[in-house]
Amino acid sequence: MIVTVKELDRAVIRFTGDSGDGMQLTGTLFSTLSAVFGNEISTFPDYPAEIRAPQGTLSGVSGYQVHIGNKVYTPGDKADVLVAMNPAALKVNVKNIKKDAVVLIDADAFDENGLKKALYKTEDPIEELRLGSAQIVSVPISTLVKESLADSGMGNKDILRSKNMFALGLICWLFNKPIEEAIHLLNRKFGKKPGVLQANIKVITDGFNYGHNIHASVSTYNIQPTEMPKGIYTDVKGNEATAWGLIAAAQQAGLQLFLGSYPITPASEILQELSARKDLGVITVQAEDEIAGICTAIGASFAGNLAATSTSGPGLALKAEGINLAVMAELPLVIVDVQRGGPSTGLPTKTEQSDLLQALYGRNGESPLVVLAASTPSNCFDFAYMASKLALEHMTPVILLTDGFLANGSSAWRLPDLSQFPAIHPPFVHKEMQDKWAPYLRNEEGSRYWAIPGMEGFAHRIGGLEKDSRTGAISTDPANHQLMTDLRQQKIDNIATVIPPLQLSGDSQAELLVVSWGGTYGHLYSAVQQFNEQGKKAALAHFNYINPLPANTEEVLNKFKKIVVCELNSGQFASYLRSKLKLKGEVLQYNKVQGQPFTVEELIQHFTAIY
Amino acid sequence: MQTSYTINDFKSDQYVRWCPGCGNHAVLNSIQKAMSEIGISPDNTAVISGIGCSSRLPYYVNTYGFHTIHGRASAIATGVKVANPKLAVWQITGDGDCLAIGGNHFIHTVRRNVDINIVLMNNGIYGLTKGQYAPTSKRGFVSKSSPYGTVEDPFNAADLCFGAGGQFFARIMDVDLKNSQEVMKQAAQHQGCSVVEALVNCIIFNDGTHKDISAKDVRDDHTIFLRHGERMIFGKDRDKGLIVDGFKLKVVKLGENGISEKDILIHDAKCQDKTLHFKLGHMKGPEFPMALGIIRDAEAPVYDQDVYAQLNEVKPKHNYKSLNEFFMSLETWEIK
Repeated sequence: MIVTVKELDRAVIRFTGDSGDGMQLTGTLFSTLSAVFGNEISTFPDYPAEIRAPQGTLSGVSGYQVHIGNKVYTPGDKADVLVAMNPAALKVNVKNIKKDAVVLIDADAFDENGLKKALYKTEDPIEELRLGSAQIVSVPISTLVKESLADSGMGNKDILRSKNMFALGLICWLFNKPIEEAIHLLNRKFGKKPGVLQANIKVITDGFNYGHNIHASVSTYNIQPTEMPKGIYTDVKGNEATAWGLIAAAQQAGLQLFLGSYPITPASEILQELSARKDLGVITVQAEDEIAGICTAIGASFAGNLAATSTSGPGLALKAEGINLAVMAELPLVIVDVQRGGPSTGLPTKTEQSDLLQALYGRNGESPLVVLAASTPSNCFDFAYMASKLALEHMTPVILLTDGFLANGSSAWRLPDLSQFPAIHPPFVHKEMQDKWAPYLRNEEGSRYWAIPGMEGFAHRIGGLEKDSRTGAISTDPANHQLMTDLRQQKIDNIATVIPPLQLSGDSQAELLVVSWGGTYGHLYSAVQQFNEQGKKAALAHFNYINPLPANTEEVLNKFKKIVVCELNSGQFASYLRSKLKLKGEVLQYNKVQGQPFTVEELIQHFTAIY
Repeated sequence: MQTSYTINDFKSDQYVRWCPGCGNHAVLNSIQKAMSEIGISPDNTAVISGIGCSSRLPYYVNTYGFHTIHGRASAIATGVKVANPKLAVWQITGDGDCLAIGGNHFIHTVRRNVDINIVLMNNGIYGLTKGQYAPTSKRGFVSKSSPYGTVEDPFNAADLCFGAGGQFFARIMDVDLKNSQEVMKQAAQHQGCSVVEALVNCIIFNDGTHKDISAKDVRDDHTIFLRHGERMIFGKDRDKGLIVDGFKLKVVKLGENGISEKDILIHDAKCQDKTLHFKLGHMKGPEFPMALGIIRDAEAPVYDQDVYAQLNEVKPKHNYKSLNEFFMSLETWEIK
């Protein structure tokens, strides 16, 4: 048999198994390996809320999808290659693969017991799942791993833990990735556990060689490296990038970074990463609840730190009163909301964009603040930085919206040159102004000055009660309340003049404008590109600045006859745009609330339908 | 640099708006006196409060102040202290603010042992909302929201504090200014979280709530003022004392049943074992006098100090000093 090597632009590989099978690690290693090799990467884990559901059952299936190649902006719709470590993983993921996908299974797991646990009705899973047109590569992985480690002196249970490495070895063979690079990564990962390291190296090598030797009737693939900008790269997840963006801003502003937070899926990694970065001087307090999370941060802000809190939708609800205190006291504060499926506890591990209106309006009183949204795992760094800059310079809370998709997804990231980031200048009081200063005296941009406890001669009192527009003393005067309400709004509106204008991608002469915001960028960008490649015309306006909107928003949107706002909720951004702008064109919506990202395919189908 | 202060240095220009006769006035005075005596400048002092009558206090003190939201002052004060441990941080709170809506933050702040001075003004009522019962109101208490009397038992602040691992707890009365000033100063000097429960009168909605212990004619017999190292003797004629009898505290009369002064317990506020502090804090009439003064003042690791100690310990263990250097410690690759 002649083994052919197919050249591909890009491919989607999905690693699936029990949530204890190490699929997340396998997927991460493969994506890093591909990135090191020069492929663009985008990854997304799909894991159950249960930590360890019963082994072999449908509810315990965990997945990790990796998209590699060139012009990769999303983790991909359906997989070209599926690794299924057991019958349950295969069954759950049939809907996630292409018809002619390569399906790699551990034949040993497909025994009577395995099929029963996964609720198969027949003894032939391939037939039952109608996988006739897929290319099945059935390998007795468990048996081979036992053989591979027979002389290792390890127990059976530990031996079988290396199954994922055998699968990774096979995938490396399938994609013609040099095994040496994988071993190099393993060395870094398991360097401190020599026993585990040796076992994993042995198994991955045996898996790789097994691929070469079986002459399986499948082609192997080669994906050429992409021309990427010069620089040093790393693989970054959205939550890490968010954490690092906050550190960068604190460093730039010359302030201590303080995070007050409470663990919540899918935001906990921000707390964890910043707690680990005590080695860079970051202070974290794991508070007793969400409310204390934000309140410790407010205290730290009052005391002169760059203060932040991280949470998800249910936590944002609990923080509403605290956010309002920061609005009223006009203190800088960054609130990161990693959105998940709602309402209530909702879908903790799934992604959604349904906290938008909560972020904009979910507080008592007239309570304007800045809302930003990151759009890729790596630009969570940029927007965490910008959120901090705007908060510090304009003395306001800023809500940064990311989501479960960005938070856990990863992409290759060129390490930033921090010296190129804009400077951050909080409006500190200075000695010369001592005589004419008052707590609510404002600068030209409408921000009050920041006097920090410990500064001599600036002792003052602030609070959540309405204050006199100058002295900050408690005031219930009607005209003063109107004035303060207007001043707080004006301060936020003014920020429209310092943020970048809205820009279009795609065909700016088109009649159809696709509008999106936040974490859906990759899917929308890919869909609009491909739509244009099909000879149809559409432009894309993607928003990162939500409140205030870029100053040119109305002008840009009114150039188009038809607008379709695509978002992972029931139409929150669409209704926000309608309420804020006088739009001439028809404003359509495309909404999905399934806890899953858009697929590029369904977006193109929809554009075609309304075109 | 100024290092000594008078009480006037800590008085703000704001007119104090509590009702005439309110117990809070006396507590404010004790706090300002203590502030002036511990040698920390008004500019290095932050007073954080929640919501309620007592929480208006920051406006009356000429320091940095933050009048925040209901129940959250402990959390906000924690943030202030951890962000800048050089500041003297005070938290002013009331029985509703601290023990009802803010109960969770209170016990966790005590548990962490953050170095803040919590002054809890307990008047057994919600005054600012005009007269609903509080978590410290006695069972059966009739108020606007309990017209037929409450059917729930109150919290004892000392129980909560010790239950949460508290290292400093003191109790004072608004009518006893001299002792209050002394206790407040020691609370401020304590390293770690100090809790001072001030029993205050609400002249409008709960007048006389503490009169069973605070009225001049009964005060000496119904309270005992504890001092570290001194015997627990009380009473108008200083003829009563406390002993341990089996598993319980017991009030005895000197000279009766062969009891002499040497049989009476000596107060040890610094004892690590808090069993007796718990019992003392829990005492109430008619069987026992109510314990006043510093019941516990023990040493323990202080949260904000340890946060920075850990920071200074882990920082030198890595060879990166900045974010850029940290990035280079990650798994990276170069595109040339």
